[in-house]
Amino acid sequence: MTTATGYNFGYLDENTKRMIRRALLKAVAIPGHQVPFGSREMPLPYGWGTGGIQVTASVIGPSDTLKVIDQGADDTTNAVSIRRFFAKVAGVATTERTTDATIIQTRHRVPETPLREGQILVYQVPMPEPLFKLEPRVAETRRMHALADYGPMHVKLYEDIARTGHIAISYNYPVMVGGRYLMSPSPIPSFDNPKLDRMAALQLFGAGREKRIYAVPPYTAVKSLDFEDHPFRPIRADATCALCGSRESYLDEVVTDDAGGRMFVCSDTDYCNTRQAAREAAE
Amino acid sequence: MSHAAAPIETSAPLGAPASGAWALRTEGLSKAFTLHLQGGTRIPVLQDVELEVSPGECVALAGPSGAGKSTLMRCLYGNYGAGAGRILLHHLGETVDLASADPRLVREIRRDTLGYVSQFLRVIPRVPTLEIVAEPLVARGEPRAAALARAGMVLARLNLPPRLHGLPPATFSGGEQQRVNLARGFAPHYPVLLLDEPTASLDAGNRAMVIGLIAEAKQRGAAIIGIFHDTEVRDQVADRLFEVAPIQEAA
Amino acid sequence: MSALLEATGLTLRFGAVTALDDVAVSIWPGEVVAIVGESGSGKSTLLRVLSGLAGPEAGTVLYRDPDGTVHSLLDMPEASLRRLHRSDWGFVHQNPRDGLRMGISAGGNIGERLMAAGSRHYGAIRAAAAEWLARVEIDPARIDALPRTFSGGMQQRLQIARTLVTHPRLVFMDEPTGGLDVSVQARLLDLIRALVADLGLAVLLVTHDIAAARLLAHRIVVMRRGQVVEQGLTDRVLDDPQHEYTQLLTTSVLSA
Repeated sequence: MTTATGYNFGYLDENTKRMIRRALLKAVAIPGHQVPFGSREMPLPYGWGTGGIQVTASVIGPSDTLKVIDQGADDTTNAVSIRRFFAKVAGVATTERTTDATIIQTRHRVPETPLREGQILVYQVPMPEPLFKLEPRVAETRRMHALADYGPMHVKLYEDIARTGHIAISYNYPVMVGGRYLMSPSPIPSFDNPKLDRMAALQLFGAGREKRIYAVPPYTAVKSLDFEDHPFRPIRADATCALCGSRESYLDEVVTDDAGGRMFVCSDTDYCNTRQAAREAAE
Repeated sequence: MSHAAAPIETSAPLGAPASGAWALRTEGLSKAFTLHLQGGTRIPVLQDVELEVSPGECVALAGPSGAGKSTLMRCLYGNYGAGAGRILLHHLGETVDLASADPRLVREIRRDTLGYVSQFLRVIPRVPTLEIVAEPLVARGEPRAAALARAGMVLARLNLPPRLHGLPPATFSGGEQQRVNLARGFAPHYPVLLLDEPTASLDAGNRAMVIGLIAEAKQRGAAIIGIFHDTEVRDQVADRLFEVAPIQEAA
Repeated sequence: MSALLEATGLTLRFGAVTALDDVAVSIWPGEVVAIVGESGSGKSTLLRVLSGLAGPEAGTVLYRDPDGTVHSLLDMPEASLRRLHRSDWGFVHQNPRDGLRMGISAGGNIGERLMAAGSRHYGAIRAAAAEWLARVEIDPARIDALPRTFSGGMQQRLQIARTLVTHPRLVFMDEPTGGLDVSVQARLLDLIRALVADLGLAVLLVTHDIAAARLLAHRIVVMRRGQVVEQGLTDRVLDDPQHEYTQLLTTSVLSA
């Protein structure tokens, strides 16, 4: 089906979508396991979310409502571009409200608002291999995943504690999925990791440059790696959102002047706006 | 044959011989050396040696220099392989042939039944004297503390000053090293004990000590075979001589 | 089968070169077996075949696990073999760099096998690492130091600690003192000797150093051009060598 602009629905041809859907099915069947796929040339370069876009393009349908966020915000250049892209090539409705979306494509954050069954969260992933920094050889990492041989990752955590007294990973914190596969949750802040555990929505991960897809089906166990005597703790700035007053959400630090002035603001714009609207309505 | 390691009481030698009154006997023991590097020259040294030693007996090997006394000694310990014949011992209640025993059995026999005091102390670097002497006891399963204590006692009897007990013997004098060897050989109370020139580097006082140790071992029922160049010592400890005669050289 | 490892009929050729020619070797618990020979004798190849790192063209290698079950090494799935190498077996490489993670601290190196086996208590892992450092005579205060700050002898001792932390029953050692200064070698050999005695390890030791073999090994296997020319009790083979090649070897050793 072509849209007014002459593209196939969702930009990708139907055979490509079928190929990606097959990869997605495999990924869902083996939670956390990386499935290679034939990543296509997209109208934007590698490193700009081509993986996420291809996944979204393969699952989106005419009745879907799409939300796109970049570091939690709907209004950054990239989020706007991708949202407009799909409006053009798929003609779908778009929204900034998390609760109204059926598909949410995200770069490096998980929405604060809990997701529900039936929603799909599509993550943009730069480097799908959680062991990459420890073991650059792909053949070896594949063997490690196949044999669940994840010692080196625990060693890395041990080294952090030995050197700094705590696990020094603030984003892209490695997780064990379904008690079997070590997975990179994409460069979301470690604060977001607990949200992945037994999430009601389907989580799909696409890495365009690295040509890998992986997935976490709804209600799957996702546990951040830690030690018994150094348990995982989500980290956020010890501050309140200057706009909505939240003490629970992940905050961005905004420099306001060149005299050291700064303020903290919710990273999730929809969450913040919703809270501000509720506060105004209450007053 | 069981090769299991079992802790052994070190206060007395293992039980009475199963049959007859011998502790060690050889049957048709022969040994020849083939020197491949000298064009395959064959040097026979021992031919049909028939030696039998009873518990509590000390037999001194006698014969001219080069006749094969040391060779016989080393064959009895399994250090040299016998060319032909048998070397029978009572080990863990059974009669065994050392000449045909596999390496694991030989090690077991050397641990429990057969001791050897050589002329030269092959020094393991860095290990203190006390531990060297205690090692055969620990190998039998004796607790370390008891083994070290016993080692200390035997070294004291041999007049090795306590200040040397904690030092590795590499820097000791010949006589001091010889006494370490002796302590190591006498502490575990072997049923069969081979002594190769046990008093060679010792003064009169220590020689007397060794004679005393040999007498005690004999009283315990140990069978002793020794090479003594010191005829005084030999006459005091040996119950009989066993002549080792040189073989006329074959072509 | 009472032996820990039993290999028979091992044959392996690399083109025209016969690395292993109908080799049979066994090792029992608590035993140290030295495989000696000159370069090209096949001893290192034999070690790799016995540890499952290389496959022979012919022959079998049987291994008895702690439960008493006998496995054929060559039929073992890779996952099981890797697990074996991390738990019941150890491998000490000639070059410590091959057996250590140079970018990971000493404590991390020793703790890795514990973590791979499922240990998840940081404090306990660290305590075990410190204990093992002391055991191999490395100052425990250097637990967070990187191996590249260690001397060659220290690196080798660290490799040994890393290997022994999971209490393997069988350790393969490939020229563990190669490349070290003489005094350092002596210290290392003594350490190995003490650990073998204390832990009741079985060790398959490949070396061209006859003196090291005499010091450490209960049995010795002499190899030449892929064949076992003589084997037996160490002092017997070295003091009363029967084979021409063994006689050549023993008379060639320089003594200080």
